[in-house]
Amino acid sequence: MTTLKSGSREKLQAFLDLAFKLVTRFFAFSVLALLAGIIVELFVGAMPAIHAFGWKFFVTTDWDPVNVKFGSVIQVYGTLVTSLIALLIGIPVSFGIALYLTELSPTWLKRPLGIAIELLAGIPSIIYGMWGLFIFAPHLADHFQPWLIDHLGPLPVIGALFQGAPMGIGMLTAGIILGIMIIPFIASVMRDVFEIVPPTLKESAYAVGCTTWEVVWNVVLPYTKIGVVGGVMLGLGRALGETMAVTFVIGNAQNFSISLLDPGSSIASTLANEFNEAFGKVYTASLIELGLIMFVITFIVLALSKILLFQLGKREGEKT
Amino acid sequence: MNLYYKRRFINGLNLTLSMVAMGFGLFWLAWILWTLVDRGLSIVSVDVFTHMTPPPGSSGGLLNAIAGSIAMTVAGVAIGTPIGILAGTYLAEYGQKGWLSPTTRFINDILLSAPSIVIGLFVYEVYVASTHHFSGWAGSFALALIVIPVVVRTTENMLKLVPNGLREAAFALGAPQWKVISLVTLRASKAGIVTGVLLALSRISGETAPLLFTALNNSFWSADMNAPMANLPVVIFQFAMSPYEDWHKLAWAGALLITFGVLGLNILTRFVFRSKTTLH
Repeated sequence: MTTLKSGSREKLQAFLDLAFKLVTRFFAFSVLALLAGIIVELFVGAMPAIHAFGWKFFVTTDWDPVNVKFGSVIQVYGTLVTSLIALLIGIPVSFGIALYLTELSPTWLKRPLGIAIELLAGIPSIIYGMWGLFIFAPHLADHFQPWLIDHLGPLPVIGALFQGAPMGIGMLTAGIILGIMIIPFIASVMRDVFEIVPPTLKESAYAVGCTTWEVVWNVVLPYTKIGVVGGVMLGLGRALGETMAVTFVIGNAQNFSISLLDPGSSIASTLANEFNEAFGKVYTASLIELGLIMFVITFIVLALSKILLFQLGKREGEKT
Repeated sequence: MNLYYKRRFINGLNLTLSMVAMGFGLFWLAWILWTLVDRGLSIVSVDVFTHMTPPPGSSGGLLNAIAGSIAMTVAGVAIGTPIGILAGTYLAEYGQKGWLSPTTRFINDILLSAPSIVIGLFVYEVYVASTHHFSGWAGSFALALIVIPVVVRTTENMLKLVPNGLREAAFALGAPQWKVISLVTLRASKAGIVTGVLLALSRISGETAPLLFTALNNSFWSADMNAPMANLPVVIFQFAMSPYEDWHKLAWAGALLITFGVLGLNILTRFVFRSKTTLH
C-alpha cells in the first residue's frame, strides 16, 4: 500500500513538474508570439494601402486624405531628420557624462549624479512635449533661431536647412528635445561598457604617462567601441519611435520642406494626430503602414544594438 | 616641452567639456522640474482631486482622469506581471538549452525599447476594432504589453543572481523542480522582482501613446472598464493642445502630479533594491 502511495505521489510531482515547465514555456513563447502578432496585425491592417499604392508609398510625398493619395516620404524624412539631430546632440553629451561618471566624478557624487541623469529617462514623454511647446519653443524662437537664420541661412548648401521664420516649433525643436530624451539611455550604456575595461589596461596607459583624456580616447574607447555603437543604436531606436514629445513640438504639417525650422511631421506624430480621426479604409491602412515602416526600422536598429552589445559581452566572457 | 603643454591643454579642455556635458544633462532636468513646480503647484488644490474634468471655461479637477489612470495602470500591471514572471522564470531556470530562450531573450529586449505607439496600434487592431468601441480594458491590455518585457527582464536577471547552491540544497532534500523554483528561487529573488514590477509601474504611469487609440478619453466619471475611460496622460495631451487657459492650467497640474508620481516611484524602486536599475 505504502509503495503504491509514494509511487502515485512521485507521479503527481513528475506531472506537476512537467506542467510547471510547460506553463512557463508557454509564456516565454507568448513573448515571441507577441512580436509576430504585432508584425502580422500591422501587415494585415496595412494591406488596403499596400494594394492601393504598392512601392509608390515609399517615394511619394502625397498626404492627401481628401483625394485618398498617400505616400510616406514626408513622415519618414521627419522621423529620420529629428532622430539624426537627436543623435548629434545625444552622442557627445552622453559620452561626456559617461566619461565624467567613470573617470572624473568623486565617488560620493557618482550615485546621486547617476540617478539624476537616469531620472531624465523617467520623465514621461508627454511632459517633455508640454514643456517643449510652452517653455522651450518660445525661447528658441526668441533667441536661438533668429541667430541661426542670420548666420547659417546665407551659407551655401547647408543654408537651405536654416531658412524660414523663427516659429519655435518645427523639426529642429523636436530633434533637440529628442536629443535630451535619449541622453540617459546612451549615457547609461556607455557608462556600463566603460566600466568593463580591465583596470590593468588603463593602469598601463597611465604608467607610460598618458593623460586621463589620452587613456579614454586611446584605450577605453577602442576597447569598448562596439558597445558604444550599440548604445548609440539604442538611443536611435528610442528616438525613432518617440511619440508624444515630438507630436507637441514638430508642428504637424503634412508638407515637405528641407528646412529644419519649418514644421513637419514624423511617423509617430502623424499616427498620434490622425489615427482616431482617419476616415475610410485606405486612410487608416496608410497610417497603419506608416506604423509598420516605423516598427521595422526601429526593430532593425534595436536588433543591431543588441547584437553589438552582445558581441562585446561575449568577447568579455572569452577572456575570463 | 611644447608637446607636453599641448597634451595637458587638450586633456584639461576635454575633461572640462565632460563636466559641461554633465551640467548640460542636469540643466534640462532642473529646468523641466522647475517649470512643473512653477506652473503646476499653485493649481494643485483639493479641487483637482475632487472634481471632474470641466468643459472649457469652467472650473473643475482631474478626479475622473486620476481614477481612470489608476484603474488602468493597476489592471495593466495585474495582467502583465504574472505573464512576465512566468516567462522570465522559464528563461532563467529552463533556458540553458534550445533555441527558444535565446530568441525570446533577444526579442524581449527589443520589445523593451519598441515604440509604444505601435503597441497602441496593435491593441486597436486586435481588440478595439473587433469590439467596435474604445475601452478601459483595451488601455489596460496595451499597458500590460509594455509591462511584460520589463518584468521578464528583471525576473530573469534576479533569478540568475540566486546562487546555484541554494537550488542544489533544495534538490538534495528531494524537492521537485517546480517546488524548488516557486518556493526557493522565486522567493529568494522577491525583492528584485518587486523592483521590476515597480519599474514597470513607473514606466506605464506616464505612457500616453498606447492609450490614444485604446482607452481614448472620457469627460465624465466612469467606472466601467468596458467604456472609453478618462486617463491623466491623454487628458493632459488634450488640455495642453487646446486653446483654453483653464485647461492649460489643469494640464500643468496633471503634469506635476504625474511627473512627481513617476519620479517618486523611480526613487522608491532604488530603495527597495539598492542596485542600478536597467534602462535598456
